[in-house]
Amino acid sequence: MSTFPPQFADLEPFAEWAIPSERNRYAKRLDSSMEELQAFYDAVFPRMAESVEYLKSVELDGISDEDERLLWLFSSLVTVSFPVEVWHQVRVPDSGASSFDAVVEPAI
Amino acid sequence: MPFFPKPADGSWTEHFGLDTADVSYDDSVTPEHYERERDAIFRHTWLNVGRVEQIPRKGSYFTKELDVVGTSVILIRDGAGTVRAFHNICRHRGNKLMWQDYPREETSGTCRQLTCKYHGWRYDLEGALTFVQQESEFFDLDMADYGLVPVRCEVWEGFIFVNLDADAPPLQDYMGRLGAGLEGYPFDKMTQVHKYRAEIGSNWKLFIDAFVEFYHAPVLHAEQAEGEESRKLQGYGYEALSYDVDGPHAMVSSWGGMSPPKDESMVKPIERVLRSGLFGVWDAPDVGELPPGPNPARHHAWGVDSFLFFPNFMVLIWKPNWYLTYHYWPTSHNTHVFEGTAYFVPPTNAYERLQQELAVVTFKEFALQDGNTLEATQSMIEGGYVDGFPLCDQEVLLRHLHTVCRSYVDDHEQGRRPTPVKISSAS
Repeated sequence: MSTFPPQFADLEPFAEWAIPSERNRYAKRLDSSMEELQAFYDAVFPRMAESVEYLKSVELDGISDEDERLLWLFSSLVTVSFPVEVWHQVRVPDSGASSFDAVVEPAI
Repeated sequence: MPFFPKPADGSWTEHFGLDTADVSYDDSVTPEHYERERDAIFRHTWLNVGRVEQIPRKGSYFTKELDVVGTSVILIRDGAGTVRAFHNICRHRGNKLMWQDYPREETSGTCRQLTCKYHGWRYDLEGALTFVQQESEFFDLDMADYGLVPVRCEVWEGFIFVNLDADAPPLQDYMGRLGAGLEGYPFDKMTQVHKYRAEIGSNWKLFIDAFVEFYHAPVLHAEQAEGEESRKLQGYGYEALSYDVDGPHAMVSSWGGMSPPKDESMVKPIERVLRSGLFGVWDAPDVGELPPGPNPARHHAWGVDSFLFFPNFMVLIWKPNWYLTYHYWPTSHNTHVFEGTAYFVPPTNAYERLQQELAVVTFKEFALQDGNTLEATQSMIEGGYVDGFPLCDQEVLLRHLHTVCRSYVDDHEQGRRPTPVKISSAS
């Protein structure tokens, strides 16, 4: 069984980034190296950028398991975009040991 | 030369009747002063503990830890649909009534009655004691005398507030002119919730200070804009569109050219793809007409209004029709729990969901920068080697906050009801 809808089969190597909560997506970012984050970003960003119309066609009401995992994968891209596009390091600069934890998140 | 007009009196600070001397932070560094604030401020003001959507049905409840006033409260929708608040304590032996796994963590759920884990005493949704285990073993126990102890609870625009002071003025009056200007805002349509929580190593007022001025934004958050845009923003500095105060409450209205930006090259690649960012989703949902409160200057470049409802509740109304709330819950003189909650119109498709995710995560990245900076401030001001800090006119609301807090403490200790600094109206 494939993780994502068939037209996104090329993203299968990044299936471990299909994570259903921001708290856990952020934890995986902190556990990754900049090289890993850059590789993820380079592969996934162009695919999201060219899939805007598709994403608009995916209704959240009754979303399929494959589309839901694709949504989580692209949500991870949002989390990873900050180290890659802004900080050039994994953590927020000067954030030290402070944390900012999601305690309520939407069901989807 | 200011970009946006100031009051005729020359400065916002003087316009609001505040002095312009250096400000002391001796109200933020000692356990003694913190105790004075707990008594004078937090035991007598309306504290927002949540929203009505959290308890949609009869029997829905949640608990709120209020360390600052030494209690935990249960908020519950009773059989008639009214929101009630009770101290979260069983009348029998003082056990905390509603909790799960960890006694100091908040919980929520739905119940038909409230049952104590310890000896099984039960209370109905109106707080009346309805069952006592082995009632005949007790001595002249009249169950009517042992209902849950109520806490004053009132609702404003769907926001649930409690007040430990039985004699405090009604919530509607307390919210004042700034609250009235937000009445009718479609808070009830924005039910998609993302809530964050952080333990912050600073006095509660210092984080409010950080969020009622944007003077810091072009510097501390410089890297969040693209290179050339960032340098441009630092060159401009920051000026608000307008400020307003009403009694202890205050607001700042800010420009926000980022939703959408005039030139998309000034924002990050992912913002261009998702059409979203710090200021929210560029394509605002239609929520109908807004009340008169937001964007008081009626400025075309308006981006966000930050309202501080004293003492610790902020509402940020963003131009693209979403809102944020901030809560600052003191836990000691140099620690507090910060809660930041984003509310959107529920998305219908995957793209809209990702747009909202980007707005929320951007907020989180900014707040992480802010939070740690505060700990750095707290650690230094506690030393006491330097005190007396010059605040500029764009920091007027910090000056107002510290002034109001001192005024509450003074009034309380001299046996007066709070009469916060006499303030002229900005409108």
